[in-house]
Amino acid sequence: MSDAAGRWALEIDGLDVHYGRVHALRGLTLTVGEGEIIALLGNNGAGKTSTLATVSGVVRSTGGTVRAFGRDITKAKPWEIVGAGLVHVPEGRRIFSRLTVHENLQLGGYLVSDKTVVSRRIDEVYTLLPRLAERRNQHGGNLSGGEQQMLAVGRALVAKPKLLMLDEPSMGLAPLVVAQIMKLIRQINADGTSVLLVEQNARAALKIAHRAYVVENGVITLQGPARELARDSRVVEAYLGA
Amino acid sequence: MTQLLWNGLFVGSFYALVALGYTMVYGIIRLLNFAHGDLYMLGAFVGFGVLSVAGGLATGLGFVALLIVMVIAMLVTGTAGLVLERVAYRPLRGAPRLSVLITAVGASFALEYGMRLAAGPNPEVYPVRLAGDPVNLLGARITVQQASLILIAILLMAGLQWLVMGTETGRAMRAISQDPTAALYMGINVDAVIARTFFIGSALAGAAGVMAGGYYGKIDFLMGFIIGLKAFTAAVIGGIGNIKGAMLGGLALGLLESFGTAWVGGQWRDVFAFGFLIVFLTLRPTGILGERVTERV
Repeated sequence: MSDAAGRWALEIDGLDVHYGRVHALRGLTLTVGEGEIIALLGNNGAGKTSTLATVSGVVRSTGGTVRAFGRDITKAKPWEIVGAGLVHVPEGRRIFSRLTVHENLQLGGYLVSDKTVVSRRIDEVYTLLPRLAERRNQHGGNLSGGEQQMLAVGRALVAKPKLLMLDEPSMGLAPLVVAQIMKLIRQINADGTSVLLVEQNARAALKIAHRAYVVENGVITLQGPARELARDSRVVEAYLGA
Repeated sequence: MTQLLWNGLFVGSFYALVALGYTMVYGIIRLLNFAHGDLYMLGAFVGFGVLSVAGGLATGLGFVALLIVMVIAMLVTGTAGLVLERVAYRPLRGAPRLSVLITAVGASFALEYGMRLAAGPNPEVYPVRLAGDPVNLLGARITVQQASLILIAILLMAGLQWLVMGTETGRAMRAISQDPTAALYMGINVDAVIARTFFIGSALAGAAGVMAGGYYGKIDFLMGFIIGLKAFTAAVIGGIGNIKGAMLGGLALGLLESFGTAWVGGQWRDVFAFGFLIVFLTLRPTGILGERVTERV
C-alpha cells in the first residue's frame, strides 16, 4: 500500500486514447502504490492493453496524464520510460523467437551500460528460473508456452524494474503453469517491485493482488481491495463465472 | 578456368558488399531501398573527387591512397545514407509499403540526376588504376592489388558479421527485424538503431564504389542502377534479410556471371543474372539461406 507520504509508483489521470475514430480509453484513472500489486480486469477490447501500451509510450494518449514515481511521463519516449524503471511484459509474450534464450535476456538489459551488472542479473534470473538456464542456447521460439512466459518475465527482470507491468501473463497456459506464474509475480513483488497486472483470468489475478480495478469500454467501473472485489456480485457474475 | 574463378570472386565481392546494405535495410524495416545502388555510385564519385583534389600525391601512393580514399568515401556515403533515411524514409514509417517503395525509386533518381548536375553527364576516368604486375596464381593472372581488394571485402564482411552477431547493436538490429514493438519494450531506441543500420549498409556500398572505380577505371552517374539490381538479385538468391545469404548470393552471382559469360559470350551477362533471379523467385523465393516466414501466433 502507499505509505503516509503518498508515494505512487504510477498515477494515471483521465487518460484518453483514440485509434482513428475509435475512442479506446475515455478518461481512465488508476493508481499503483509503491510495493502494491494492482490487478486491472476486463473483457477483450475493454482497454486493458491500450492502458499499458500508453503508459509504455508505444501508444500516444490524446488527453490526460501519466506520472511515474512523481515524474510526468505522458510524453516520454518508450526507451525513456524503460529507463525510468517501468518495464512492460507484453501480451502474447513477444519474445524474440530467432534469438537464443540468453540473447533475449541480454536485450532486457539493453539500457544498462555496465554489462557486468547485466550478466549478474541474468545469473540471478537463471537461479530463479532454472528451466531457462537449461535452455539458454536454444532459440526462444523452441520453448513451450509456459517457458516463453517465464522468459518474458525474466527478460523484464534483467532491466531491474521498479514497476513491472504484465499483460495477460496467464493467456493460453495450463492452470498449473498459471499458478507458477502467479507465484513468481508474488515473489517479484515481495522483493520490492510494484506490479500492474492486466488479466482476463480474474480469479488468478484477484488471488495475488492487493487492489483491483475493472475496466469497461475504456473507463474504470469498479475498484477496491482485491478481497472485496472477489466477493462483489457484479464481478462474480461478469468475470468469475459464478 | 582459375582465371574465371578469380574474376567471379572479384566481381562477386562487389556484389556482396552492395547486397549487404540491401539486405540489412530490408531485414530491419522491410524496405527495398532502391537508392542503395546509387550510394555505391556516390562512393565512386567521392573517391574520384578526393583523388583528383589530392592529385599527384595520391597517384604516387597508389594502393595506399585508394585505401584512405575508401575510408573517406565510406564516411560520406554512410552519412548520405543517414540523411536519406531521416529525410525520405523515417517520415513514412508505418505508411503503406508501396508509398515507401515509390519514395525509394524517387530517392534513386534524385541521387542519380543530382550527381549528373554536380559532376556532368560524361563518364570520368579514375586517376588511380589497379594495374600492377600480375602474378601467376594457380594458372590465373591476378595482381596483388586485386587480391588485396578481395581481402578487404572479406574483412569488411567479417567485421559486419561480428557486429551483427556479437555486439549489443547487432542484437538490437536482430530484435527490431523480428518485432519492432517488442524492441521498444526492451528500451531500444529503434530509430537510432535503424539509422545506424543505414549508415553501415551505405558505407559498405561506398567502399564497393571506390573498389569498382579502381578496378574498372571508369565511372558515371548511372553506374549504380545496374549494380543495384544485381545486388538485389544477389540478396534474393541468398535469402533477403539474411546477412550470410547476401555474401553467399553475391559471390554466387559473380561466379555465375563469370562462368556463364565465358561459355556463351559476354552479351549474355545480365541475362544470366536476371534469369537466375527469376528462377529463384519461382523455385525458392526464400533464397538459399532464407527462412520460411511464419506468422506469429
